[in-house]
Amino acid sequence: MNILEMKHVKKAFGETGVLKDISLDVREGDVVSIIGPSGSGKSTLLRCATYLETMDDGSIEYIGNDTVQPFGLVFQNFNLFPHFSVLRNIVDAPIRVQKRSKDEVYREARELLLKMGLSDKEDAYPCELSGGQKQRVSIARALAMNPKILFFDEPTSALDPELTLEILKVIRELAEEKMTMVIVTHEMAFARDVSNRIIFMENGYIVEDGTPEEVFTSENARTKEFLGKYHYILE
Amino acid sequence: MDFLTILQELAGGMLTTIRIFILTLVFSLPLGLIISFGRMSKNVIIRTLIKVYISIMRGTPLMLQLIVVYFGPYYIFGMTISSNYRGTAVIIAFALNYAAYFAEIYRSGIESMPRGQYEAAKVLGYNKLQTFFIIIMPQVVKRILPSVTNEVITLVKDTSLAFSIAYAEMFTQAKALAASAHNIIPLIAAGLFYYVFNAIVAYLMEQVENSMKYYE
Ligand SMILES: Nc1ncnc2c1ncn2[C@@H]1O[C@H](COP(=O)(O)OP(=O)(O)OP(=O)(O)O)[C@@H](O)[C@H]1O
Ligand SMILES: [Mg+2]
Repeated sequence: MNILEMKHVKKAFGETGVLKDISLDVREGDVVSIIGPSGSGKSTLLRCATYLETMDDGSIEYIGNDTVQPFGLVFQNFNLFPHFSVLRNIVDAPIRVQKRSKDEVYREARELLLKMGLSDKEDAYPCELSGGQKQRVSIARALAMNPKILFFDEPTSALDPELTLEILKVIRELAEEKMTMVIVTHEMAFARDVSNRIIFMENGYIVEDGTPEEVFTSENARTKEFLGKYHYILE
Repeated sequence: MDFLTILQELAGGMLTTIRIFILTLVFSLPLGLIISFGRMSKNVIIRTLIKVYISIMRGTPLMLQLIVVYFGPYYIFGMTISSNYRGTAVIIAFALNYAAYFAEIYRSGIESMPRGQYEAAKVLGYNKLQTFFIIIMPQVVKRILPSVTNEVITLVKDTSLAFSIAYAEMFTQAKALAASAHNIIPLIAAGLFYYVFNAIVAYLMEQVENSMKYYE
């Protein structure tokens, strides 16, 4: 069953087209990694899908959606609310925006923190956390909204290698729980291992869309050239 | 004339000064926020008008503004000015002037907020009002507090400008008393009053700043 259907999405900034004609369906349980060179439009795609950017043409539909916000987005630089404690960062939107019962939201938030290994940090402020911890809080914050689909825009790019592994492990666990996710990443080995689908974007187009096997063994010249740069990791 | 008598004589003026101070803040702090919205408005006309307003308020002496607000109704419309209006004129002039300064402080604070805060709030479904008052403004307040403190401390001293329209606040009274008693003590007492007033204000603002130190 499709969760998200994007059809012929186009987006330009001024004269330069960034998304030229993007059609993309995401099925329930999909773990889609989006890869591609810098400037190819990966972030813009996520930003259109999460309504942070308005598209110029095309359509985006969340199927069977009865909530205002069926998605969550995890940012590269976390964007936690610095004046809120860790716990408040997680519970505020579910209580205020979704108007869910406080007891339920706090209980779920504590479960999420436990899962993220941050139970002892609920009263800490974001400035007291490491980058990896911040990112785990921001993932918990997104999950607390019970999204049907979770987008990640380079969730590990601001982290050093050790902390990167920490976050990749969390995403891997979410994948095992069949969380539907779309992940923009430069971590090729991770993308190959964790996703059931890889999308290679270049210059505003989706060049490849297939299983990791298909994309990583593709004969397409552009794809080969791009992946060639990562060969030392993938071997 | 002993010091205690002088203080008694000046007590009314002190209260008036404190009243100017408090009322000015009560009106100018919120008004400044509204003006800052106008200053950041997408509408060019509103934005330009507010810009001109702010530059006039900051570019001309407060004393002149005070006199214009007080005598304006008479000079422009030929209205008789009741002496009751004096106190009102002081508050109007001070509030309009300080609101312009606060507006610029708010604006710099609001514009310094990273876009990611708005985006995170939007993705979590906060509406515009919630985003501004729950996510943005509390952080802005922390950032601008030192600048606000500066203005507030200036205000304590600026209250004495009400003297220019003969409003019976602290300074006006101290000067009159010094003149009639041929004595400098009232002026010294006035100086002491402003100094202590400021020290208290500075202390209180510091407490507020400290209360926001729990995060960065
Ligand atoms: N708000 C904007 N205004 C103007 N141009 C923009 C804006 N946002 C993105 N762009 C341009 O659109 C193009 C695609 O940007 P985008 O951020 O989507 O690329 P990306 O694939 O995410 O790249 P990276 O891997 O470096 O994050 C770039 O050329 C970028 O300069
Ligand atoms: Mg990007």
